[in-house]
Amino acid sequence: MKTAPLSLHIPEPKTRPGDLVDFSDIQIPAAGIVARPASDIDAAAMRDYAYALIRVLDDKGQAVGEWNPKLSADTLRLGLRHMVLTREFDERMMKLQRQGKTSFYIKCTGEEAIGVAQAMALDDKDMLFPSYRQQGLLVARGCPLVRLMNQIFSNTQDNLKGRQLPIMYSEPDYGFFSISGNLGTQYPQAVGWAMASAYSGDTRIAAGWVGDGSTAEGDFHYALTFASVYRAPVVLNVVNNQWAISTFQGMAGGEQATFAARAVGYGLPALRVDGNDFLAVYAATEWAAERARNNHGATLIELYTYRAAPHSSSDDPAAYRPAEEAKNWPLGEPIERLKKHLIAIGEWSEERHAALVTEMTERVMEQLKEASSHGTLGNPPPNDPGSMFEDVLKEVPGRLLIQREEMLALRAAAAQEGV
Amino acid sequence: MARMNMIQAINSAMDIAMERDPNVLVFGEDVGYFGGVFRATAGLQKKYGKRRCFDAPISEGGIVGAAVGMGVYGLRPVVEIQFSDYIYPAFDQLVSEAARLRYRSAGGFTAPLTVRTPVGGGIFGGQTHSQSPEAIFTHVCGLTSIMPSNPYDAKGLLLSAIEDDDPVIFFEPKRIYNGPFDGHHDRPLTPWTKHDLGEVPEEYYKIELGKAKIVRPGEKVTVICYGTMVHVCLAAAEESGIDAEVIDLRSLLPLDLDCLVTSVKKTGRCVIVHEATKTCGYGAELVSLIQEHCFYHLEAPIERVTGWDTPYPHAYEWDYFPGPYRVSRAIKKVMEE
Repeated sequence: MKTAPLSLHIPEPKTRPGDLVDFSDIQIPAAGIVARPASDIDAAAMRDYAYALIRVLDDKGQAVGEWNPKLSADTLRLGLRHMVLTREFDERMMKLQRQGKTSFYIKCTGEEAIGVAQAMALDDKDMLFPSYRQQGLLVARGCPLVRLMNQIFSNTQDNLKGRQLPIMYSEPDYGFFSISGNLGTQYPQAVGWAMASAYSGDTRIAAGWVGDGSTAEGDFHYALTFASVYRAPVVLNVVNNQWAISTFQGMAGGEQATFAARAVGYGLPALRVDGNDFLAVYAATEWAAERARNNHGATLIELYTYRAAPHSSSDDPAAYRPAEEAKNWPLGEPIERLKKHLIAIGEWSEERHAALVTEMTERVMEQLKEASSHGTLGNPPPNDPGSMFEDVLKEVPGRLLIQREEMLALRAAAAQEGV
Repeated sequence: MARMNMIQAINSAMDIAMERDPNVLVFGEDVGYFGGVFRATAGLQKKYGKRRCFDAPISEGGIVGAAVGMGVYGLRPVVEIQFSDYIYPAFDQLVSEAARLRYRSAGGFTAPLTVRTPVGGGIFGGQTHSQSPEAIFTHVCGLTSIMPSNPYDAKGLLLSAIEDDDPVIFFEPKRIYNGPFDGHHDRPLTPWTKHDLGEVPEEYYKIELGKAKIVRPGEKVTVICYGTMVHVCLAAAEESGIDAEVIDLRSLLPLDLDCLVTSVKKTGRCVIVHEATKTCGYGAELVSLIQEHCFYHLEAPIERVTGWDTPYPHAYEWDYFPGPYRVSRAIKKVMEE
C-alpha cells in the first residue's frame, strides 16, 4: 500500500501584526437562545452546552432568554460600580509601574465582568482559588484597594511582608487563596478544598480559575479527574481570553474543541459563556454554584472573552497580534455592555456613568494616597529584612536563626563601612 | 568576530545548530513567532519555518516528554522552559525518563535533548521568576548541567550541549543576559558589547563540556563560582585586595575536578559561591570533593556564600542576593585562619 509522507501540524493564528483584524471564524449565536436546564440535570444531558454560548444581553442592551438572572437594578449598578473601580484601579497601577513605583503589574481590562459577576453570584463565604487576572473578585468582595496597593508596593503595610511579586495577592479574610505564579497549580487545590468541605459536612463551595493556556498543564487534568471522581462541590472556570502571552488559544487545543468540551470526557457538565456579558457570567456561575451546593458536584465554565490588556507590564502585544483586535472583539466589552443595559431599562444615564467614573477615579486616588504614605517599592527600603526568614516553617528553624544573625551582622557592617 | 550579548550568542548557537543539522528543532512557550519572552529564539522561525521553531502549549511536562519522544525517534530537540521556576511539572520526564532512558534500555533508546532555562534573581521577579534549582538536577544521575557566565562561553557550550548524545540542562543566568552584572545594583550595567567576552565568533565553535576556566589567576585563595556569581566574585576579589584565584565552573556536571584541586592545593584556601539556597546546594558537593582531595593542603575551613535558605523575597532581593561585599568578607575571613 502506498502512503503519502506524514506532516506535522503547527497551529497558527489567522492574523499577525500588520494584518487586518479577522474574527469572521468566531460564531456568535444570538442572545437568549440557549435553554436553562435545572441545576441537578444529569451531566450526560449537558453535552451541547459545551459547544453553545450562553448570552443574555442582546445587541440592543436588553436581557433576554432563560438565563437572565433577573437581578435588581441596584445589584446591576453595584456590579457596574465594581467593574469601573477595577478598571480605574488597573489603569492607575499600570501607570505607577511605568513610573518605577513597583516592579510588575497585570491588568484585567476587558475581563472585569468575570471576577466581579462571579464574586457576586457566589456566596461571600465560598473559597476562591484565582489565577492572576481576577482582581475583580477582591474588589467585589469589598477588599480595600489600599490593601492591594500595599502589596503591589511591597511597602511597610504589605500583608505579605514584601515577599511576593506584585499582584500575587493572598487574602484569607476575603476567602481569596494565595496566588502562586506557577500556572494551574491552584486548580486541583480548589478541588481539594471542596472535597474537604464536603468531607466536613460544610455548606461552602470552592471556585477555581485558569486561563485557556493553562488548560495544557497537567494540573488542569488532575483537577477535572478529582472533581469528577469525588463529585467535589467546586466551580471550575476557564477564562478563555484568546492569548497566553504571545500564544493564541489554538496552541492550547482550542481549535479542535472548545475548552468547555474538556469536561465532557470527564463526565462533568460544562457551560460556555459570553465572558463580556455580566448577566450571562452571573447566571452561569449561579447555576454551577447551586448545583455544587446541592451536592451534584462540579461544573466547568468556559468564559469566552478577550485579553484587551498586555499579558503583564513586561509584555508588548504589538509584537504578536494586530493592535486593533480588542476594539473589534465581536462580544464588545463588559462595562459598556452593562451600562447600555442599565440605560436601556431606564436605570442609568451617561451623566450618572460619567459621575461614577469620576467617583471611582477619586476613590483610587484616595486609597493610593494612603498606600503611598506607607511607601512604594524600595522607597523607603523595607524596614525589617530579618522577616524574610519567618514563615518558611511555623517556627524559625535553628539554621535560619543563624542565617538571620549573619545577614543582620552583614547589613550592620556594610552600614558602618559605608558600603 | 561580532559583538553579542548573551541572548544573541545563545540565538546564534541555535541558528548554527539548526543550519548544520536538520534534526535540530526548537520549541517551547512563546518561542515561535514571538521569539521567546527573553528573545532568545528571535528570527529562528522566520529563517527555518514554523516546522523547526514553534510554540508549545503551556505544559512543561508535555514539552519535555515530547522532546524525549522526539529524541528517541532521532531528532535533537532544543526546548525552552521559560523560567526554571516553571520546570517542576517536567520533573518526572527529566528525572525518571530522560535521565535514565539510556541506562534502563541498556543503550537501546536515548534522549539527546537540550533544555534551556533561565535561572537566578536580581530582576525583582519574586519567588516564581528568580530560582536557581541547579542542585536539584545535579543530584540526578544521567543529566548534564551547564551554566555559562558570558556570551562567548554560552554559544560554545550550547553548541556542545545540542550535539551531546545525552540530555543536557542548560541554565541561563538571566541577570547577565545583557551585561556582566557584578552585584552592584546601584551602579550602571556595562553591556556585553563593551566587554571582551562579548566578542563572539559568528561561525561554529564548541567549548568542551566539563572544563572550568580560571577567570582570574591568583595565589592566596580559590574562589569557585558559576553563572552570575562569576562577575560578583571578580568584583569581590578586586575589592578585597587579596590575590584570589576565581574559577568559573561553566559545567556543573561533568565537573572539572582537576582544575579545582590544582588550584586549592596551590592556595590552601577556598570560598564557594552560588546564588541558590545553601542547604544541600551544589556548594555542599564542592566542599565535600575539595576536602576529599585537598584535606592536607587546606589552611582554613572552606567558606560558602549562598542565597539564604528561604524562597526569593521580592522586596528584600538585595539582602538575599549574595553580593560582592558578602563575598569579599568571606575571602578575607578564610585568609584570617
